[in-house]
Amino acid sequence: MHVAAVFLPLIAAFIAGFFGRWIGDRGAQLVTCLALVAAAVLGAIVFWSVAIVGHARTIDLLTWIDAGDLRVRWALRYDTLSAVMVAAVTLVSAMVHIYSVGYMAHDKSVPRFMSYLSLFTFFMLMLVTADNFVQLFFGWEGVGLMSYLLIGFWYDRPSANAAAIKAFIVNRIGDFGFALGIFAVYLIFGSLQFDTVFAAAPDVAHNTIPFLGHQVDAITVTCILLFIGAMGKSAQLGLHTWLPDAMEGPTPVSALIHAATMVTAGVFMLARLSPLFEYSPTALAVVVVIGGSTAMFAATIGMAQNDIKRVIAYSTCSQLGYMFFAAGVSAYGAAIFHLVTHAFFKALLFLAAGSVIHAMSGEQDMRKMGGLRTLIPATYLLMWVGSLALAGIWPFAGYYSKDVIIEAAWASGTGVGHYAYWLGVFAAFLTAFYSWRLIFLTFHGKPRASKEVMAHVHESPPVMILPLLVLAAGALFAGMAGYHWFVGEGRDAFWGDSILVLPGHDNLAGAETVPFWAAKLPLAMGLGGIFVAWIAYVVETGIPALTARWLRPVYLLFLNKWYFDELYDAIIVRPAMWLGIRLWKDGDGAVIDGLGPDGFAKVTRGMAAVLSRFQTGYLYHYVFAMFVGAVVLVSWYVLRQAG
Amino acid sequence: MTHWPLLSLTTFLPLAGVAAILLLRGDEKDVARNARWIALWTSLVVFAVSLAVWANFDPTRSDFQLVEQADWLPDFNIGYHMGVDGISLFFVLLSTFLTPICVVASWTAIERRVKEYMIAFLVLETMMVGIFCALDFILFYVFFEGVLVPMFLIIGVWGGSRRVYAAFKFFLFTLLGSVLSLLAILAIYFVTGTADIPEALAFNFPPHLQTWLWLAFFASFAVKVPMWPVHTWLPDAHVEAPTAGSVILAGVLLKLGGYGFIRFSLPMFPEASAYFTPFVYTLSVVAIIYTSLVALAQDDMKKLIAYSSVAHMGFVTIGIFTVTPEGLQGAMIQMLSHGVVSAALFLCVGVVYDRLHTREIARYGGLAENMPKYATAFMVFMLASVGLPGTSGFVGEFLSMIGAFQVNTWVAFFATTGMILSAAYMLWLYRRIIFEKITHADVRAMIDLTPREVLVFAPMIAVVLWMGVYPASFLKPIQPSIANLIERVQVSQRAAATALAQR
Repeated sequence: MHVAAVFLPLIAAFIAGFFGRWIGDRGAQLVTCLALVAAAVLGAIVFWSVAIVGHARTIDLLTWIDAGDLRVRWALRYDTLSAVMVAAVTLVSAMVHIYSVGYMAHDKSVPRFMSYLSLFTFFMLMLVTADNFVQLFFGWEGVGLMSYLLIGFWYDRPSANAAAIKAFIVNRIGDFGFALGIFAVYLIFGSLQFDTVFAAAPDVAHNTIPFLGHQVDAITVTCILLFIGAMGKSAQLGLHTWLPDAMEGPTPVSALIHAATMVTAGVFMLARLSPLFEYSPTALAVVVVIGGSTAMFAATIGMAQNDIKRVIAYSTCSQLGYMFFAAGVSAYGAAIFHLVTHAFFKALLFLAAGSVIHAMSGEQDMRKMGGLRTLIPATYLLMWVGSLALAGIWPFAGYYSKDVIIEAAWASGTGVGHYAYWLGVFAAFLTAFYSWRLIFLTFHGKPRASKEVMAHVHESPPVMILPLLVLAAGALFAGMAGYHWFVGEGRDAFWGDSILVLPGHDNLAGAETVPFWAAKLPLAMGLGGIFVAWIAYVVETGIPALTARWLRPVYLLFLNKWYFDELYDAIIVRPAMWLGIRLWKDGDGAVIDGLGPDGFAKVTRGMAAVLSRFQTGYLYHYVFAMFVGAVVLVSWYVLRQAG
Repeated sequence: MTHWPLLSLTTFLPLAGVAAILLLRGDEKDVARNARWIALWTSLVVFAVSLAVWANFDPTRSDFQLVEQADWLPDFNIGYHMGVDGISLFFVLLSTFLTPICVVASWTAIERRVKEYMIAFLVLETMMVGIFCALDFILFYVFFEGVLVPMFLIIGVWGGSRRVYAAFKFFLFTLLGSVLSLLAILAIYFVTGTADIPEALAFNFPPHLQTWLWLAFFASFAVKVPMWPVHTWLPDAHVEAPTAGSVILAGVLLKLGGYGFIRFSLPMFPEASAYFTPFVYTLSVVAIIYTSLVALAQDDMKKLIAYSSVAHMGFVTIGIFTVTPEGLQGAMIQMLSHGVVSAALFLCVGVVYDRLHTREIARYGGLAENMPKYATAFMVFMLASVGLPGTSGFVGEFLSMIGAFQVNTWVAFFATTGMILSAAYMLWLYRRIIFEKITHADVRAMIDLTPREVLVFAPMIAVVLWMGVYPASFLKPIQPSIANLIERVQVSQRAAATALAQR
């Protein structure tokens, strides 16, 4: 059962991918959807038996790498943390599979699409059930590959290809850090098994290792290197540039991979490696600063975007920032709690946005929408549910998970904790603002699309609405239902050994005693954001344009995403290409070959000519003769062949 | 079965095929067809025999196995001595695995002088297998040099338009190195009084001699690997060579350098190896970054893959000189993996070259549309080349880097950037060939893989995944020999250190 939950999607992907031509579109949809629904059911059962009943176990599959002292095996580790992830991933993935049946109905490569989705799910499950660093890395790079393939799914579009490559390479930059982190773990612990490493972590807490010419704190440098990997996958500040571009992929992909599951892998990694991170206050502080900054930074960009999917993408980036600083203040339970609720409501938002795009015949620019409220009421309602959950309004899921994060940041009492608190509170305001900006621009006001498009507007078929209802139920109730177990009274019993929080770091306990104003400020900010959006986009619609004119530099900064793409292009991409060409033409061509073989040949010939004229130096004579001989031999061959 | 001289059989059986082909007479077309079939069956039988070698190989032993010995020039202490250990076993298999693939891949691509072509390949196979089995320096050198001749002809006769320049560059570079290694072999012979390799491996060379001999061998092996800056022959040779020539060049001949370092340089000259390690690291790191950047700038498919080979071999040389079990085994796997993956990538180039007769990347684009099978195969090899976990490329790179990190974090740091750069140039290549819209009418007319081509790629994909998911089959037989080698190196390095302390 534990094994089937992981491998069913692989088998389905294989069948749909290689036999798609024989079983047809319908067959591929049927196989993958059935496999995923079965996996989701198994995932729920496993969740029950592992997390609730408490039967944690590790299933050994096969030897993988066995060299020197290194022993790595393929294995499935089921503890509460991975059971939560398996249940959430299989459920959301099953919903997205079903939704895709409707959304991709008119595409010409349905089997390929379904196969990719299932294969992605397999890699994600391998990632969350890893019991060693290398399998974690396997899943990690595997989901990166599927993300690349799915962003570039419509491979005839240049923009999709560019986005796909960008996603893979930015992730690889993160993985570069991740890989070095793994090497460091092996250097310190002599093993890459989680159990061995975690057990030994307290003993090496203050050891140092040599790294790039310095003696540095072993665990700190390891954690920061690993964290670079998490930053790449979870699109944190600096390595975030790929995520908005990833919206080139079909919308179900955005929902599953670039919102609900893959991008949260970094958060999962922090929780999984809590027994390491807990021993490095420095690394945790770095996590808090990056997370808090990203939450704020991405929210500012989200305010100014016009593409409906990009707004939600930046919102994802920002919410991941929240999860990171939660982990940074040792509130891992809260981070995973928000991860799960976010998976529901963000998948819901994306799929609802997909439903809008579907209705608008592929239009994604909100400036060309408006007035859809009465035409697609079900989607409108679902969008409200998702947005209320995102903005953290009671009693929706986000209220429970986001507030506890912000409270924990306050309760940590550290400087970086307070930095994250204030950025988190302000970002909550922006979150609510851009979410309702999206709703008002899309559904309210007068239609701004052409008559033709508006005539085609239609509600999505049941196969697309049904999964949305399931996700909406999650967005409504997941917060209430999970609070007790994930972050409330029952958290210690629930998480068991799967997460380590050192005594003195338990900021979730502290979160219960923060002052009333500090606890309720995020909610107030959320309501304020909705109110301001209402004023600006419904009551007095001239305000946005006016503000953009007054604060033109700021508006341009947000609209152009703080110019990160331009910056990277100027300092990395173009110099690399330039260097490549110069090394090739000058390095290889002029210097090495010029001084090496070509120059040598020239000199030999020149000397031979000179020396033979003077009738001296028999040795050179011979060299020359041999050279001529060889030329004659080859010429003979060539001529024979030509003739 | 074990009493059969399996290694000699593997080595010289191809020559029987050569004899059979030489006997062919008659109409040009019939001769060509028969030559192809004879070459194919010969190479398949040889592959089967080499599998028997693997089956009879005891993976728990570290010494030479399946040993055959005979007198050759007893007065000079030169003998016919063959044997394999964990280090050479898989190189033999790699050679015998790739030869039938080359024959099938050239089935229709080579139309002229088919008879001579097949003869060249079978002779090449004998030489390759011989190199890895020979346990006598003179025998080794004969094979080691002999391999150049068929390769020189394959490039020079069946190559592209600048084949003569490329063939000479190839010959000049490798010969320059080889002459020095011949001097070194002669020196070893005079010092030890024997040409027997196992005896020489156990001999303790005086330190000053080690330095010179190490350098002489290095000159030869560095060209073969090839290491920066003596790599420039490789792109030219690959570009001009016919597809199957590139396959053998990238698949097996590049491994001779790495094999030489592990087989000779480390155990015979441990102190010199330790002394020169920073030098090797520097060259390797430069190779990885430099050639990766150069690969980014290429607009010729074969050149791009050739440069990527140089970068990948950089990981090998780093792994070898870490002298850690992880690093050395990683280097071994990396060599085997690269042998299959780069060979497959050159075959991928060959597939489209056969259809459109150009290697210019810009002439393609959009092949996913009409060649989905090809796109899938190419994708697998591209991913193996960028070292995605689950493929063979990952295991080798990962192990050699984990070894490097234990020894020197700077090296690991810079070499690991190759992970990013390789993704950049390979994905960029793949995009320009496979993705986007089809813009050329002749590209749209290209047909997908034929059954013959599927037959070429299927076993290679299987090996790439096998080595990626369950590399234990390969790591296990390698392990004892590597452990033995490390033991040997460490003992003599320690002895040298104490000798220095006592002085």
